[in-house]
Amino acid sequence: MKHFEEQMMRFLMFVATLIVFGFVFSIVYAILKQGWGSMSWDMITKLPGGGFYIGKEGGFLNAIVGSLYIVGASTILGLIISIPVVFFLNVYLKSQSKTAYIARLAYDVLFGIPSIVYGAFGFTIMIYFGLRTSVLGGIIVITLLIIPIFIRSMDEVARNFPRDILDATYSLGATRWETIAVVLRQIAPGIATATLLSIGRAIGDAAAVLFTSGYSDSIPTSLSQPAATLPLAVFFQLSSPIKEVQNRAYAAALVLTIIVLILSILGRLISSKFSKNKL
Amino acid sequence: MQDSEIQKELTEKEEQSAVAKVFNYRLVKEKTAGGLMYILTIASLVLVVVMGIGLYLKSAPIFEEHSLGELIFSSNWRPLKGQFGFMPFIAGTVWVTVVAVLWVLPISLLTAIFLTEYAKSYVKKYVFPALDILAGLPSVIYGVWGTLLIIPWISNKFAPHFVDFSTGYTVLAGGIVLGVMILPLLVSLFIEIFSSLPTELRDASTSLGATKWQTSKKVVLKKSFPGIMASVVLAISRAMGETIAILMVCGNLPEVPRSILDACYPIPALIANNYGEMLSLPQYEAALMFAALILFVVVLVFNVISRVILYRVEKSYA
Repeated sequence: MKHFEEQMMRFLMFVATLIVFGFVFSIVYAILKQGWGSMSWDMITKLPGGGFYIGKEGGFLNAIVGSLYIVGASTILGLIISIPVVFFLNVYLKSQSKTAYIARLAYDVLFGIPSIVYGAFGFTIMIYFGLRTSVLGGIIVITLLIIPIFIRSMDEVARNFPRDILDATYSLGATRWETIAVVLRQIAPGIATATLLSIGRAIGDAAAVLFTSGYSDSIPTSLSQPAATLPLAVFFQLSSPIKEVQNRAYAAALVLTIIVLILSILGRLISSKFSKNKL
Repeated sequence: MQDSEIQKELTEKEEQSAVAKVFNYRLVKEKTAGGLMYILTIASLVLVVVMGIGLYLKSAPIFEEHSLGELIFSSNWRPLKGQFGFMPFIAGTVWVTVVAVLWVLPISLLTAIFLTEYAKSYVKKYVFPALDILAGLPSVIYGVWGTLLIIPWISNKFAPHFVDFSTGYTVLAGGIVLGVMILPLLVSLFIEIFSSLPTELRDASTSLGATKWQTSKKVVLKKSFPGIMASVVLAISRAMGETIAILMVCGNLPEVPRSILDACYPIPALIANNYGEMLSLPQYEAALMFAALILFVVVLVFNVISRVILYRVEKSYA
């Protein structure tokens, strides 16, 4: 009897894992198939032309560039803010510290807060300061959104950082601040994977930029202009009743998926390369 | 006279020691850097608090004309007439989340047990990247997938067995899409919990003649029950905030759904759909900010509870 149960559960587990695989293939295949059919060179090299939204010519270069601007800027800002925090949590504070516990909890909670709430909150802040929907607003909100991801994923790596190395630098007379060079070198692969993870989240997020960076048909030339982003390009164009416009949504979805897949593969490569010869 | 001299001497000494401190610039650097980083670290906590206060202040105007109970339990949603009943949206969120968790919980538990207890390392080498991809795909891609495959399937294949006509934009569609979205999160949390369990426990069980599944059921699952519950709560809070995908597949009718084949209108979809119009009516804006506040509070509470439990679980075996 117990062996029958064992066999049955084994079978069920196998099926469950297959289902997981099935979903991955189903999603990627659906997007690739639908997107490839509607993909063309014009889509990714041209701005929306006249009558774009009734199916006339043009592409979504504005969304690609807008996404790159916002993601690029917020990734750099995110790195600048989160590296010191991770360093502080792991070097300045003791591992039993209450402050560290509360800060980690706060970052985990921030990580869990939905992007739509970030969007709504960012929107109210922008109104308070008299800002309109703009690249700047998008950058600020996306930076807030990805900082918790940055910090928590770098922190995971930094926590396993060998304390002996710190002691060695102290014994050479270094202050805690001066160990930063050593620590950064040690957690570099962690920083790299955290960056890729954050870029992935930042480029795919639609709910937060919906409120804050808005949408526009041209490439922004200053921080105060609104900008289009890829997820919103997919979302808005898919809701159109016109076939050609919908096809553009599929093409934009394809671009977005390919970017995310590349990021995911890069992340795997980096972590597997560095986990082999970790200290 | 004497007093002031002593005073003078004291300040001079202080100044001297201050000068000495400034000259030891390495220590000063260390301290200022520490102070700045401390501020940055604490800013996270401040951000959580400021978010709560900001959303509350923005939604405050609506409490002047409506009581909290009326807002939450009323089903009348007529913003133009000043009636703001959030029941349809709360019900929509609950329905979609429950459907998602119900079907995805057994699958993710089985997958996680398979991966930690049974699978050889070469199997893991293929499953983990697949889970990575699922976790990394943006919400909007799930939405496109839902409209391409799930909606037609419900409308043409599934729903005709039960009702005369369905557009496919239903609670069920939202539940399926949302389920796939929280699947990688659940599996990775479960794997973390299961693998933090000491091997000795499993060895003890197998040495008494238990099969692998019996060990998994009576030792692994039982021992990690608090962690499993916490993970589910975390996944629920993630599911409740999901916006764009849900917006694309749920149908967005402000009515309380009566079955999984009815359309629904979860809270995030409400906020995202109406943000353009809300500026014209101050009460409407306050209502939408109240919706964001509900989400914020629920997610905050769920997150704090589940994270604290998960930290304990992590610590108890570390």
